[in-house]
Amino acid sequence: MAVCSDKTVLNQWYAIGATEEIEPERMTETVLLEEELSYTVDALGSPKVWRTGHDAGELVPSQCVYGYVWTCLGEASGEVFAIPEFSEPDRRNMNAATIGVNVSAPRAIENFLDMGHFPYVHTDILGVEPHTEVKEYDVEISIENDEILATRCRFFQPMASQASGGGADVEYIYRVPHPFCSVLYKSSPVDDKRMDVIAVFLQPVDQEHIRAHMMLSVLDEDNDDKSIRLFQQTIFGQDKPILENQFPKRLPLDPRAETPIRADKSAITYRRWLSRKGITYGVIPAAA
Amino acid sequence: MITLYDYELSGNCYKLRLFMSMLDIEYEVIAVDFYPGKEHKSEWFLEINPLGQLPVLEDNGFVLRDAQAILIYLASKYDAGGKWYPTDQPQTLGDISQWLAFADSITSTSSAARLHDGLFYDFDIEACRAGAHRLFRIFDEHLWFAEKQNRNWICPGDHPTIADIACFPYVILSEEGGISRQDYPAIRRWTDRVKRIPGFVVMSGVFPAGPAFKAAG
Ligand SMILES: [Fe+2]
Repeated sequence: MAVCSDKTVLNQWYAIGATEEIEPERMTETVLLEEELSYTVDALGSPKVWRTGHDAGELVPSQCVYGYVWTCLGEASGEVFAIPEFSEPDRRNMNAATIGVNVSAPRAIENFLDMGHFPYVHTDILGVEPHTEVKEYDVEISIENDEILATRCRFFQPMASQASGGGADVEYIYRVPHPFCSVLYKSSPVDDKRMDVIAVFLQPVDQEHIRAHMMLSVLDEDNDDKSIRLFQQTIFGQDKPILENQFPKRLPLDPRAETPIRADKSAITYRRWLSRKGITYGVIPAAA
Repeated sequence: MITLYDYELSGNCYKLRLFMSMLDIEYEVIAVDFYPGKEHKSEWFLEINPLGQLPVLEDNGFVLRDAQAILIYLASKYDAGGKWYPTDQPQTLGDISQWLAFADSITSTSSAARLHDGLFYDFDIEACRAGAHRLFRIFDEHLWFAEKQNRNWICPGDHPTIADIACFPYVILSEEGGISRQDYPAIRRWTDRVKRIPGFVVMSGVFPAGPAFKAAG
């Protein structure tokens, strides 16, 4: 019996480890949705994931996508959502970090969507006072893909990425194509027609703990992998205490539970979307 | 010129960034990819520090490892006023050394818990947390009695010492290892005072002293 009784959550694909951090043939242990798992990647790059807690030894579905091993503990249906940019030949793709955070997955996604915290939490990097205003932007739920799309987001950023030369108004697009994953597009400092991609793939260890996998797909010919990664780790390290101090740790879905501030349009949409999907894992469901 | 071999998320590296900022010392940084690159275990770094640990500081060819040792060196050489490490006061020096060792114990408990929770190090997390709470209890009591004698800092005297710098990072980062400081009011007042020392800088995970910081929703 699965510990997680939320079928929608159970049937999703989850990233559980970056393939480049796994030595070939070496077994790694992890936990997903309170279930103990082990995984390996063979010399040819094929993954294998199996249970080590209950039903020990039972193989579960697995695939390597976007540089990670993904698995599903329920009924795997369909593919991992598309990130077409990932396969563009001139992009640098990498895992910036896999970091454990003591927070529920939905709280972490909501923070990722919120631009209002930039000047206060990522001071002098992703925001700076007095440029604190979150300008009007659009949010919709795409029926076709069943995902949230926030567009026309703009924010003044002193140092938007490792490749930035200085402050600039940066455009953002957010996608939430999975209850616990989000893909962010932001103006590329080196090509004004294209965007850098920063994705977070959250692995819920349990309802209040996650492993956050941060995938980068960027246009940058000048900086080495190390400095691109360290930039994102610095940003994530600033978010971590904010995430871990959220109370309650689970995301309340009742519209009256927390008064959202005006910038939280995407947060309201996200909460509604989770409610409509009937998500119960990592949230405090709205009273019926 | 001083060069610091540094990793942003390391509290031990932060000790030196913090102290050099307070002393207004200029330095260069060589970033070491601690995670995921494990560059501190790479061949080139092991030649600099065979222990494979950060930080390392180089000052005109003089190479020194160990955050506490480097604090002693920097204070002795660059603090013209001799306040951070008063070499003419034997009792204070003994006191400072005692608390530098205490800072190392905080590292092996509170920092270890943080590495377990954040980067999945295989440590006995309950032992790490229990150890940190034991130290914090002792530390809180020490600071409480110091306050009763109108002292703001770990060691006697009206100026902070390198003991305050050595103890600060893994106290202020303890919650990342699941170690709450709620029950240690004297520690909380002391961290606030450290944040108000001129030249104070933050690292990822540490926020400046008020005006009351408003958490993003
Ligand atoms: Fe953030």
